[in-house]
Amino acid sequence: MVFLIMYLTPGDPVEIMMGEGSVVSAEEIERLRHELGLDRPMVEQYLSFVGGIFRGNFGRSIIQRASVMKLIGSRLPATFELTILSIVISVMIAIPIGVLSAVKKYSLLDNIGTVSALVGVSMPTFWLGLLLIIVFSVKFKLLPVTGRISYGHGLEPITNFLLIDAVITLNWAALADVIRHLLLPAITLGCHMVALTMRITRSSMLEVLSQDYIRTAWSKGLGRKAVILKHALRNALVPTVTVVTLNFGVLLGGNMIVESVFGWPGLGRLVINAIYTRDYPLVQGAVLVYAFTYVVMNFVADLLYTVLNPKVRF
Amino acid sequence: MILVTSFLIMAIFAPFIAPHDPNKGNLLERLKPPCWTKGGSTKHLLGTDTLGRDMLSRTIFGSRISFLIGFVVVAVTSSIGAVVGLVSGYFGGKIDAVIQRFVDMLLAFPQLILALAIMAVLGPGIKNIILALVYKGWVTSCRVVRGDVLVVREESYVEAARAMGASNWHILIKSLLPNVMASIIVVASLSIGTVILLEASLSFLGLGVQPPTPTWGGMVANGRDYIFRAWWITTFPGICILLLVMGFNLMGQGLRDTFDPKLSRQGR
Repeated sequence: MVFLIMYLTPGDPVEIMMGEGSVVSAEEIERLRHELGLDRPMVEQYLSFVGGIFRGNFGRSIIQRASVMKLIGSRLPATFELTILSIVISVMIAIPIGVLSAVKKYSLLDNIGTVSALVGVSMPTFWLGLLLIIVFSVKFKLLPVTGRISYGHGLEPITNFLLIDAVITLNWAALADVIRHLLLPAITLGCHMVALTMRITRSSMLEVLSQDYIRTAWSKGLGRKAVILKHALRNALVPTVTVVTLNFGVLLGGNMIVESVFGWPGLGRLVINAIYTRDYPLVQGAVLVYAFTYVVMNFVADLLYTVLNPKVRF
Repeated sequence: MILVTSFLIMAIFAPFIAPHDPNKGNLLERLKPPCWTKGGSTKHLLGTDTLGRDMLSRTIFGSRISFLIGFVVVAVTSSIGAVVGLVSGYFGGKIDAVIQRFVDMLLAFPQLILALAIMAVLGPGIKNIILALVYKGWVTSCRVVRGDVLVVREESYVEAARAMGASNWHILIKSLLPNVMASIIVVASLSIGTVILLEASLSFLGLGVQPPTPTWGGMVANGRDYIFRAWWITTFPGICILLLVMGFNLMGQGLRDTFDPKLSRQGR
């Protein structure tokens, strides 16, 4: 499907590469078209495209004249780091609030949680990001606006995951700085996830708390903490964990917006720039990477569900 | 309902409500703040943007694009999803298998990414946004309708219709479609908010409706470079997006609770 989307693009990729107003002979254009395989039949081009994927060769970027795989690989760590931190923050906020909302049903906290969840899923991500910039960066000057790290920290990129690199090199100042840069984009990205996770946790906790084994636990005289945290929460987290895993792919889509707002040097921003410059091989490669990650995370979610809920078997 | 109705009235009567032409600007009055702040005036209640255009008028007219794209996309995706879901669920077998594999293939792509890839090919514009959002948008309706049809097709009245010699299309339209209509309406109302957010996101990225047509996402993008000194350019369109999407989400939840009491009891 990715191949078809790009194949059906109007316009000649070679002419796009040459640029508007360029003075290139027809023979040169023909030679380049032959070199890139664009004069071959569609089926042959598709098979070559699929073969290239299996060899890890996604072609070359028209604009940046570099391997698409290399360009994507250089940006992936930034995107994954942002997405993972976003999930961690979301889960840390959403699960406790979801549990408390369920335990104190219809209370003020529950109502605040319900309204917050509604606002969270309705909030445009790009707008939230800009609001956070206005408040935390402009007004109170607490957090930086763009980039992954400030200049002058001397952090050596080993894995390109700056959090891990800072820990490996024991550069705690750099670690704190990287976290400061990550906070606003991660909170922005995780907004929808917080709302969704909170609702799922509340819903599944309510279902679990009405079960017979919880009634048994209460009647045995177990403490509130033991019943809720040890017995109820463990079972209530099963759908929450699967939903969080499934939404990893959705967060990757949201990454594009957040990276654009915060100037985050990740894959999302690379794709947006590739779209503006009509760099089709790069767009093609990136969409494939996103789709692959999405499918893998769906598979992981299915596996996790069978692990957490032994009654389910495929 | 009140939120949605208010915005709908605003969109329909925009030419009568808006105090100024949304596309006419005065560079001498650019970046004027809202009337209640220092430097503001009652001539431009919500201030002006980078080209001196009235923010209130542009915000009012911006609602038209959101409603247009929201309603058109949802109408088309619901129709396609209903037809495909009905056929897939009723006939089953190889037809169902082929359709569902295609649906699985589409579900492998996050919607925004697929929409962006399609916009990269087609270019910006209202027609192309609608196409990009419809391309994958129908699969949710399809899955829901198919699920309902799998249950309903085993009912005795369907069997009776078949025994009386009714054609497949007659059964689909007269027996099955009315029984899945509630699900279609619920999915449609819950989807409108998502479509509006997607359209706003595409406009924010510059791939949506092009200037000078006012769109809320485009207005937020326009104000991004002036965020430090003209916060109102990004704030008011963003509030509108938030309120309208909230309105549709509340409406969708209300409809879902009405049509499926089981679901509403679980959420309480």
